[in-house]
Amino acid sequence: MSKSPIIPEEEIQKARHPMAEAAEMFAKNYAAVAALIVLLLIVLAAIFGPTLYPTDPFEMVWAPFSPPGEGGFLLGTDYLGRDLVAALLHGARVSIIIGLAAAFMSVFIGVTVGALAGFYRGWVEEVLMRITEFFQVLPTLLFSMVIVALFGASLPIITIAIGVVSWTAVARITRSEFLRIRELEYVMASRASGASNAKLMFKIILPNALPPIIVQAALMVGSAILFEAGLSFLGLTDPNVVSWGQVIGSNRQYILDASYTVTIPGLAIFVTVLCISLVGDGLNDALNPKLRQR
Amino acid sequence: MAFLKAVITRTLYAALLLAAVLVLNFSMMHLAPGDVADTISQSMGGADAAVLEEIRKDYGLDQPFLVQLGSYFNKVLHFDLGYSFFYNTSVTGLIMQKLPATLLLVVTAQVLALFVGIVLGVYSARNPNGLSSHFVSILALFGYSAPVFWTGILLLIGFSLNVHWFPVAGMYDLTVEGGFFVKLWDLIRHMVLPVITLSSIFLALYSRLCRATMMEVLGSDYIRTAKAKGLSEREIVYKHALKNSLSPVITLAGLQFSAVISGAVLVETVFSWPGLGTLAFQSIIARDTPTILGILFFSALVVIVGNLLTDLALRFVDPRIGRKG
Repeated sequence: MSKSPIIPEEEIQKARHPMAEAAEMFAKNYAAVAALIVLLLIVLAAIFGPTLYPTDPFEMVWAPFSPPGEGGFLLGTDYLGRDLVAALLHGARVSIIIGLAAAFMSVFIGVTVGALAGFYRGWVEEVLMRITEFFQVLPTLLFSMVIVALFGASLPIITIAIGVVSWTAVARITRSEFLRIRELEYVMASRASGASNAKLMFKIILPNALPPIIVQAALMVGSAILFEAGLSFLGLTDPNVVSWGQVIGSNRQYILDASYTVTIPGLAIFVTVLCISLVGDGLNDALNPKLRQR
Repeated sequence: MAFLKAVITRTLYAALLLAAVLVLNFSMMHLAPGDVADTISQSMGGADAAVLEEIRKDYGLDQPFLVQLGSYFNKVLHFDLGYSFFYNTSVTGLIMQKLPATLLLVVTAQVLALFVGIVLGVYSARNPNGLSSHFVSILALFGYSAPVFWTGILLLIGFSLNVHWFPVAGMYDLTVEGGFFVKLWDLIRHMVLPVITLSSIFLALYSRLCRATMMEVLGSDYIRTAKAKGLSEREIVYKHALKNSLSPVITLAGLQFSAVISGAVLVETVFSWPGLGTLAFQSIIARDTPTILGILFFSALVVIVGNLLTDLALRFVDPRIGRKG
């Protein structure tokens, strides 16, 4: 018996890897691609900048308040005559490391809480969602300020202080995805074939819940960077480490003499977070194509 | 009756949340290195171990954790949040003195953000491909990405230092003399920049959501019916569609209390606005733990009460909420 294809051979499309499809969607969003390139440049500057430009950001190198360009210092010097380029390059490290670490922590807490609540339901869900609500009513910045003030301003404490207050959105998203996916037939099938709860949660449901979580995680990096900038603007930062917010905070009394010491680091924060949110938008369109059509 | 029941359960729940905030507050004070005895001995210029023990006994710090927690609860229920050794006054008094300035700033900024956000959202929903729609998108990106303290400093540089339209800092100019309206005008001039800065974060949020819900509502069947009846577009948009697209915006605004307070801390610090945020900043620098924890408790109280009122207001306005359970 010969094959009689119902669909002509040439119309059968090969199933492509979902990631390839998402990458193609992402590439069509020019703003997101441009933002990704700028972001990569910023990350490269943070990694290699301090080696290629070895000026110590704490050292007085030139007369204070010399405007950008003077004395060979591209962005000028601050109120103590310290080089702003060095401060920006070293500050980029702190901003990006804390942004990533705090976002990782909040995604970890959020996914764990949301997955347990959405999977087990019942009293587990009740308790976990009440805890989530509790963290939602705490004024986030004040709470982090208290943690840093009480337990000391070191980078790990700052990371914890940011991570502990920012996981609630991730928990809510994860829970609602779990609630939806746990009722799908393929999950029922795995359950019927004897998959353990842990396997169901992390191997069977979680991969399908990931797209919105990834988008949220990208946005969390941006808000963690803003959060760190706010804390260090208020002086709640490791005094031995330069960060963008701290440069603004320590120079803000001198905006009459040298406004660029405040505007330029702020611009660095703004551009970084803007690029992250554009990339997040691009990821959203690429990973959740259904939302796009709505 | 169902509404009354909701009022009671939500209020009880709010009280429970507040109690949890108190437990957290107290535990943090307990866990943090250093206690009241250390603070006092510092202000005396050092003390030996026996004196420290004496102080701890006086303040009940030698009691077990739960007993101390109980007496802390008892104190808070009597509006006693402790004593600030830095300001030499009671924390409750200090907070009450600074609260009105913060409330004025926060409420004005929220009202402004809601009003302008809704107007922008409605306008751009009616012209989805127009200039205003792009403006809303750009505004949303800026509102999310710009650090609020930087926005404040930029406005300060632009409008107070380069052109002297607005004062640089504070809430009043002590040299201004005159009647009520002169003082009021002075207050408004001081308020303009902080209010605009604080509302910039939320304006973007509200206008984007309002645009999205408005566009959804404008596409629904009952709007088509209204059009078929021959109603004018103004009437359809402002009388029929707006009502239904407002409730998500109000819900979102109600969820922002905690973010508003966080924003207020930074904005107040930039503009030296004499409110709770500036107080928090100063007491952090002074390591004045009772004041910081008092402010944290009070802000949580504001957020919880705000959430409760929003929730009840929504139930009142939109009877569909809470009907299914």
